[in-house]
Amino acid sequence: MIYSDKVISHFKKPHNQGVLKNASTVGEVGNPSCGDVMKIYLKIENNIIKDVKFETLGCAAAIAVSSVLTDMVKGKSIDDALKITRKQIVDDLGGLPEPKIHCSMLGIEALHEAIKKYEKK
Amino acid sequence: MKKNKKVSVYLDHSATTPTDERVIKAMLPYFSEKFGNYSSIHSLGREAYFAVDDARKKIASFLNCNSEEIIFTSGSTESNNLALKGVAKYFLEKNKNIHIITTRVEHDAILEPCRELEKQGVRVTYLPVLKNGAVDIAELEKAITDETVLVSVMYVNNEVGIINDLARIGKIIKKANHKIYFHSDATQAINFLDCDSQELNLDLVSISGHKIYGPKGVGALYIKKGTPIKAIQTGGHQERNIRSGTMNVPAIVGFGKAIELAKKEQEKNNKKIAKLRDYFADKVIKEIPDIIVNTDFNNSVSSHANFCFVGAEGEAILMSLDLEGIFVSTGSACASGNLDPSHVLLAMGIPKEIAHSSIRFTFGKHNTKAEADYVLSVLPGIIEKLREYNPLYNKSNSN
Ligand SMILES: Cc1ncc(COP(=O)(O)O)c(C=O)c1O
Repeated sequence: MIYSDKVISHFKKPHNQGVLKNASTVGEVGNPSCGDVMKIYLKIENNIIKDVKFETLGCAAAIAVSSVLTDMVKGKSIDDALKITRKQIVDDLGGLPEPKIHCSMLGIEALHEAIKKYEKK
Repeated sequence: MKKNKKVSVYLDHSATTPTDERVIKAMLPYFSEKFGNYSSIHSLGREAYFAVDDARKKIASFLNCNSEEIIFTSGSTESNNLALKGVAKYFLEKNKNIHIITTRVEHDAILEPCRELEKQGVRVTYLPVLKNGAVDIAELEKAITDETVLVSVMYVNNEVGIINDLARIGKIIKKANHKIYFHSDATQAINFLDCDSQELNLDLVSISGHKIYGPKGVGALYIKKGTPIKAIQTGGHQERNIRSGTMNVPAIVGFGKAIELAKKEQEKNNKKIAKLRDYFADKVIKEIPDIIVNTDFNNSVSSHANFCFVGAEGEAILMSLDLEGIFVSTGSACASGNLDPSHVLLAMGIPKEIAHSSIRFTFGKHNTKAEADYVLSVLPGIIEKLREYNPLYNKSNSN
């Protein structure tokens, strides 16, 4: 199982890691008994994701996925953010080892969860 | 150890060890100059024959058995497969109902063959373990039935380092029925412990070269004379027809040399490694909060220190240490491509969410105090950082 340089570099210095104090919405998915949990904080203004942060418990791939996904959604409209696919995340990371592909889903699920909660408000 | 120099600290000796220089030196002539086939009758073959014979004697001396009782294999995986499937095959061909007893914390090279045998109708009992990972001997006594033909218990657990009391287990088995054969996967033991097949009542023992500063891809199975066993791999009739295949002469010579050195230097190495491991473990326990110690230091081999760093995921710890030039392993599911964390830690009663945070440090004869200090200088920061990333950690901790 070999990680790409891009995965390693995101893991080494993840972007947007932390807590967003005045988040408009928060999405959390995963389960510690499976070893990964991702929480995404979104600050939304006029349907645009102005700011984003994440907290993740998980492997190097889960942290790299969180980092790259939060980069992708920043500045996007809600609709465009919802269009992000797991393939885009995997491609942006220069690929993920097969057993780690599910980590990319974790990111998407956390994002969708946050947006769903926002839209219900 | 200067910061700008690329450091590398290897603390994964349970995974494999570097081949000792003296072992390499012993092996080298057998690649080109003395390349003969062990089975050839001419003098080049005889040269190979005597080299293998010498290695066989060294291994037999280590195990306190006859050299005809040693079968060379490609490593412990093969030795385990041959022991389990070979003995089962003997009885299955006689249409006997048979029962095998093993433990829940064996290496996959035992568990997978057992699962295959179950599909062939063999009944297998997987014994539970105590909190420290040692097999629950009271349960062993209860598990023995009239159909039991084989008991397989590892000598030392590869993940946490716990030593099983094989002498006691051997006595119990033979007392219950002397026709029950006793196998042990001693792969992780032979660097650190005596392995006297007579004293331990063993009929079958699996060992491997690369865990004792020998080459990879070579191992042996001790098969006590009279033990019922059938070949799994057939062909050119080598190794008394029990294991066909051209003998890997250089590797076997290296394995012989490695086991000779292991025996000669065992006491010295054990002392050195235990001192370093204890120093390291004490500091980890003192300096990093909220950890679980998975190695029972009083009942384990000198190399192991296995911890759960609650709230930090094991593979992320491993990768962070790797970025600092430190090599370890983890029982996290994320590192295995399988959904569950270490079956050993789960069998010891550690909850899944905690087992994901385990890291195994295994020390070896070349490690130094400076290396341990270097690891201690980066480890607490890595754990703190990963806990900070974890959305659940602070909350679960502050209430
Ligand atoms: C306890 C145990 N059994 C078996 C094996 C497999 O040995 P080999 O690599 O020689 O096939 C290992 C090594 O990973 C081990 O630790």
